[in-house]
Amino acid sequence: MIKLDSKIPEGPIAEKWSKHKNSLRLVNPANKKKLEIIVVGTGLAGASAASSLGELGYNVKVFCFQDTPRRAHSVAAQGGINAAKNYKNDGDSVHRLFYDMVKGGDYRAREANVYRAAEVSNQVIDHYTALGVPFARDYGGALDNRSFGGVQVSRTFYAKGQTGQQCLLGTYSSLSRQIAKGRVKMYSRRDMLDVVVIDGKARGIITRNLITGEIERHGAHAVVLATGGYGTVFYLSTLALGSNATAAWSAHKKGALFANPSFIQIHPTSIPVLNDYQCKLTLMSESLRNDGRVWVPKEKGDKRHPNSITEEERDYYLERRYPAFGNLVPRDVASRAAKERCDAGYGVGDTGLSVYLDFKDSIAKQGQKAIQDKYGNLFEMYEKITGINPYNEPMRIYPAGHYTMGGLWVDYNLMTTIPGLYAIGESNFSDHGANRLGASSLMQCSGDGYFILPYTISDYLADDIRTPKTDTNHLEFERAEKEVKDRIDRLMAVNGTQTTSSFHKRLGKILWDHCGMFRNAEGLKKGRELLDQLEEEFWKEIKIPGTPDELNQELEKAIKVADFFEVGRLMIEDALARNESCGAHFREEYQTEQGEAKRDDANYAYVAAWEYHGHAKKPALHKEPLKFEFVELKERSYK
Amino acid sequence: MDIKLKIWRQKNATTKGRFEDYELSDVSPEMSFLEMLDYLNKQLIEEGKEPVTFEHDCREGICGTCGLYINGRPHGPQQHTTTCELHMRAFKDGDTIVVEPWRSKAFPIIKDLAVDRSAFDKIMQAGGFVNIATGSAPEANSIPINKKISDRAFDASVCIGCGACVAACKNSSAMLFVAAKVSQFALLPQGKVEAADRVQRMVEKMDELGFGFCSNTYACEFDCPKGISVEFIAQMNREFLSAKLCSHKGH
Repeated sequence: MIKLDSKIPEGPIAEKWSKHKNSLRLVNPANKKKLEIIVVGTGLAGASAASSLGELGYNVKVFCFQDTPRRAHSVAAQGGINAAKNYKNDGDSVHRLFYDMVKGGDYRAREANVYRAAEVSNQVIDHYTALGVPFARDYGGALDNRSFGGVQVSRTFYAKGQTGQQCLLGTYSSLSRQIAKGRVKMYSRRDMLDVVVIDGKARGIITRNLITGEIERHGAHAVVLATGGYGTVFYLSTLALGSNATAAWSAHKKGALFANPSFIQIHPTSIPVLNDYQCKLTLMSESLRNDGRVWVPKEKGDKRHPNSITEEERDYYLERRYPAFGNLVPRDVASRAAKERCDAGYGVGDTGLSVYLDFKDSIAKQGQKAIQDKYGNLFEMYEKITGINPYNEPMRIYPAGHYTMGGLWVDYNLMTTIPGLYAIGESNFSDHGANRLGASSLMQCSGDGYFILPYTISDYLADDIRTPKTDTNHLEFERAEKEVKDRIDRLMAVNGTQTTSSFHKRLGKILWDHCGMFRNAEGLKKGRELLDQLEEEFWKEIKIPGTPDELNQELEKAIKVADFFEVGRLMIEDALARNESCGAHFREEYQTEQGEAKRDDANYAYVAAWEYHGHAKKPALHKEPLKFEFVELKERSYK
Repeated sequence: MDIKLKIWRQKNATTKGRFEDYELSDVSPEMSFLEMLDYLNKQLIEEGKEPVTFEHDCREGICGTCGLYINGRPHGPQQHTTTCELHMRAFKDGDTIVVEPWRSKAFPIIKDLAVDRSAFDKIMQAGGFVNIATGSAPEANSIPINKKISDRAFDASVCIGCGACVAACKNSSAMLFVAAKVSQFALLPQGKVEAADRVQRMVEKMDELGFGFCSNTYACEFDCPKGISVEFIAQMNREFLSAKLCSHKGH
């Protein structure tokens, strides 16, 4: 029987981490050399963890499915990275950043973890700056900040609309330094397909070499997953097409609990769907809402060109409904408000499924040059994709599947329920609650990798200094390898008539329609039925050309989609079990008279951590009660 | 739109490749170039044929994974546009489009349109970083940086590592890629300390990996999807020369 122990240290919130750090055991440098750590994923979390662990003297093996670590999807984050520096003298502090995240996450995050993320944020900025990340600066040479959705202070550090790229290249450079020193060994073009558990502890992974198709065994004393999110489960999402759930899901099947799977953020400002063949939606940074005003026509079905619709004929619905925050309300609120307007018939564009994001007033006030300096590359990107120049007419935007707040359950040390298996960054659940505030993901991922995991993992490894190198001939490696090979053979043997992508697209639509921005019990049950049917069809009709022992992109996709069916099923289960609305999880049965989310703290202030009980079998629900000792639980209002 | 395609097909690194012809109808001008290839692959798979292997990931012009030689130009006909952001509205009904992988000795072909660009990682490992250990950074604002210089470092830092500069160059030179990284770090105080050492090691590694020389044709700048300026090559040459003249290499 699994018992959840969050291992949150006692004491005042501001002292928990420093006290805990002092109590964590250390591994002496001579022993670190004998220990091996596997890190899977090379985004901000994985690359920062791998480079820091390498610096400490451990033997690190790091894996990614891309050709180089520099391509991890963190590269695509646009708007910025938060820190509590209070450079703007606007009253910001670690406590305020912590408070905004807990409130923004609709009180479904773990207080202690969130506080720690805020606490190490300043070190993250110092480190990136030292690595040569070219953050924006003002004329005196100091770093510049801007504000971001859901908050009222300017605490976001940015590098135009490419903050993710610049931070990722920073971590990639620190990783490159350790690879050159021989402390870290890089394995690119590898898919992690299983985790190997020996005597109850994570001792290695099974990977597929994407070039040769070879199934490989890699042993270690501990395994760190930094494998990102699973927002691609919706098919159409803002994520890179390679993003997937497979590594985390394989850990779940081996006993790691999966927490809050239905908490998937819908990002309010993505470029809307333009054609039937689209497999990807492009994100427009939320920072645009600093200067862009969101509106729809006051009259239903007004098909006129936006520039000929007068001020009086426009409904700036965010400013109208949420006067205190206006266009800067958090993502879940902005997303729902856009969908509400479109569903009511006020949407614009051919499909009626978009709203305007207008820069007219800002351009008039600040000049085109100022807007160009802040968002130039985003405007260019918009024009390339849509063929419309957003300096001359408003952008069209619509919500899209984005960041996953759910993920593997971890304790305060970032360890999953499998000893020796860690999950950091987006692949864990701990810091964002039911909704992630803008610019806090880069902060959390980098903090986890650079300044938290390197401390906590030593506490576990202190017991392992006498454990010899893991023997990859162990029976458990053999068994895991066989399972992986059997699954691939099973997929290849179907030899049906339909492509993997066509199944993914249909699965995505089922989840978007029934477990998307709005959910209700009836729809969720219907979705579950449709998903079961489609999965059955998948295993009869999938067609994968070629062979498994070569570069085979269709096989790669099929492995991922097979797992997405199972992830989708758990999302639905989770959404059904949570009879309240909070953050990204909006159950239509639970809303206020004004159409806002209605939380039920008496019954649902817990983390839902699910235990796997076999394919399509009912999973077991474990509850980690959430205690709010330092932030008062109250209704989340942005009015 | 109706489109004819001539696509380079090659089973693996050791097999000889060839062009194959394909015809596609009902191509929407709203499709991106990669969505058009998805559409082709869907048809090929349904016909029981092997789909075309091509690399891509973010599909929003930032990860640098995609990159095809389209009608004789890296990333196709539009300037400052990655292949994933190129849309079919850039072509005309009835057009024939020739699609090839990057061609460079330093980027061996893996399959069809996918090539191995790990040489770039090797150059980075030779010195494309600031030697600073986690935990030893000073307070970020303790070193002010002139905004103009910082902006210039940013202009160099936008490289996505796609390899278009190498593909565009008749000598397959990696000068623009290396220059961008060298310049970013040489401009900032954080990277300046070891600038001389860095430029020598990176240039040496670039030569060792089989990239060609720069002969100033500026094709790299013209075809760089991020518009990185050849001025950075000049900056790198200055850095390299002064490093050679003034400092001793090594630790």
